[in-house]
Amino acid sequence: MQIRLLEKIKQLSTRFDLRRKWYRFSRSPLSIVGLVISVGSIVLALAAPYVSPYPQHAGLFTDFRHARLPPSFTYLFGTDEMGRDVLSRTIFGFQYSLMMAAVVLALVVPPGVILGLIAGYYRGTWIDSVVMRISDMFIAVPPLVLALAIAAVLTPSLVNSMMAVSLMWWPWYTRLTYNTASAVRNEYFVQAAEVMGASSFHTIFREILPNCLGPILTKITLDVGWVILLGSALSFVGLGAQPPTPDLGTMVAGGGQFIHNAWWISIFPAAAISLIILGFNLLGDGIRDMFIEEAK
Amino acid sequence: MRLSTYIIRIAILVIFSLIGLSILVFVLARVLPGDPARMVAGARAEEWVVEQLRKQLRLDKPLYEQYFYWVGDIFRGELGYSILTKRDVVTDVLEYLPASLELIFLAAIFQLIGAFALGVIAGRYSYKWPDNMVRIASYVGISVPAFVLAIVFQLVFGWWVKWFPIQGVVTSGIELPPTVTGMTTLDSLIAGRVDTFLNVVWHMVLPALALCMGGMLQDARIIRAGMVENKDKDYIALASAQGLPERTITFRYLLKPSVIPAVTIMGLDIAALMANAFLVESVFNWPGFSKLGMRYMFNKDLNGIVALVLVIGVIYAVANIVVDIVVAYLDPRIRLMERGE
Repeated sequence: MQIRLLEKIKQLSTRFDLRRKWYRFSRSPLSIVGLVISVGSIVLALAAPYVSPYPQHAGLFTDFRHARLPPSFTYLFGTDEMGRDVLSRTIFGFQYSLMMAAVVLALVVPPGVILGLIAGYYRGTWIDSVVMRISDMFIAVPPLVLALAIAAVLTPSLVNSMMAVSLMWWPWYTRLTYNTASAVRNEYFVQAAEVMGASSFHTIFREILPNCLGPILTKITLDVGWVILLGSALSFVGLGAQPPTPDLGTMVAGGGQFIHNAWWISIFPAAAISLIILGFNLLGDGIRDMFIEEAK
Repeated sequence: MRLSTYIIRIAILVIFSLIGLSILVFVLARVLPGDPARMVAGARAEEWVVEQLRKQLRLDKPLYEQYFYWVGDIFRGELGYSILTKRDVVTDVLEYLPASLELIFLAAIFQLIGAFALGVIAGRYSYKWPDNMVRIASYVGISVPAFVLAIVFQLVFGWWVKWFPIQGVVTSGIELPPTVTGMTTLDSLIAGRVDTFLNVVWHMVLPALALCMGGMLQDARIIRAGMVENKDKDYIALASAQGLPERTITFRYLLKPSVIPAVTIMGLDIAALMANAFLVESVFNWPGFSKLGMRYMFNKDLNGIVALVLVIGVIYAVANIVVDIVVAYLDPRIRLMERGE
């Protein structure tokens, strides 16, 4: 059993050429930094209740005697206006940001990619124009503004802000997949499969899709950062997660009025947002290098 | 006449996307909220009042008919009344939009100058320390959200070193010039008050910088990448073999083809500026479009939200046409591609 599993892994790794890909990825130190930051933030988010010094401070907790204390050894990032530990809340904030990214991408990637594949496969027909014109429609407005408007029409909450962001996001995947799919569509191996009588389902998902995965994977990694940015922007203006949820954007906004005498309330969560975004951007660049060199 | 056919083609695409935009906004205004009549009337209104309102707003008609009525209203400039300000939303928009536009305009100028300067320096000294500085800065530019930059600038340059004011349009005590265009900068020039103008610009520096920083650094990287790529081309080798001075080579031969990719994404940059204005204006208490927008949004003022999204969508579409035309002008290959078809 174990031997079979090992063989299977070996097979998979030769198939996807993992070792060579890892070599390409690891040649750039920045990619490694990105990997460390991204994995680190995921681990922190998962372990938040165990690693944060004061887990009970994540929710509704007040201790006004210790309010707005500057960073010290007891409170590494200081305390906020309610006396809650900013470090603990920031670690819990990772949970919300990453969950938002995970949910939005899970909602957005499958439909976006499938629509792009279909439009690319039926390139030049009415299906192509309908799908692509609809996606153009969504791209005609800056995503943040439309997401703000949707979040405003619905009741402000974390779930609704996720829906608002998701609604804005799928067309980018449709466009990306469409571009690669319609290029791959004319390759000989696709024509060969069709001549051999492959169904359109087989052609789309077994012949075309595997060849579009590189750019899609790169975009997913880069988008983790963008979704977190958009999500934190929504909560920053008050249309996302509501206090006392320890959402990073909400925390930055909450500390805004104390910025002149208690800068740590805003600045540490703000730095955390920037760090996650930076991490996933560097990781995405690394993954892109991995696939680009292969194309050469 | 190649360029004009190209422009017509772009215009047709834009008309399509504007139709799409209107459908999207219609869905936003009429379908998502559930019962718009109930929202206008308020939760405690009697059922017959709501019923009457439904008739008055033509909400009893089928959706597609409602859509055509609604588009007709837009073309007549009737976007309805705001529940919040009790005025025509068009009046509201005209009052608040200019302040945002002047801020975005200044940010765009900063972005252009900064992107060119940094991009050319990084490309000229590629793989040396100036290039590395720009590279590191560009990673910061990508990863730090505009509202975070706004707060950091406010803290550092407003509270700590006190070089710039923390918020507002002018120093309190200075009288605002009479409203002509709605843009305080232009109005103070029209009124002939240069000191007021300078004071307003001084107030705009921090918000404008916070707005444009991300886009500026990304554009700088793109210009730098183009310059490094073109440096190895034969025509540059020829130019330097002919003994042309390096300054001429950099600015006349290297820069022009290298800026095209950066110009192409400037349409997206405009979107980013407008979207970020929503966040940055609220930090600096700038009385622009987003201030109005946020009030509309928190009061669920549907007519207002619709007007907002429409105006921004139209500005964005127009900006993209302009960008496409500029790109076609800069890059003859795009025009020639049309001929090749």
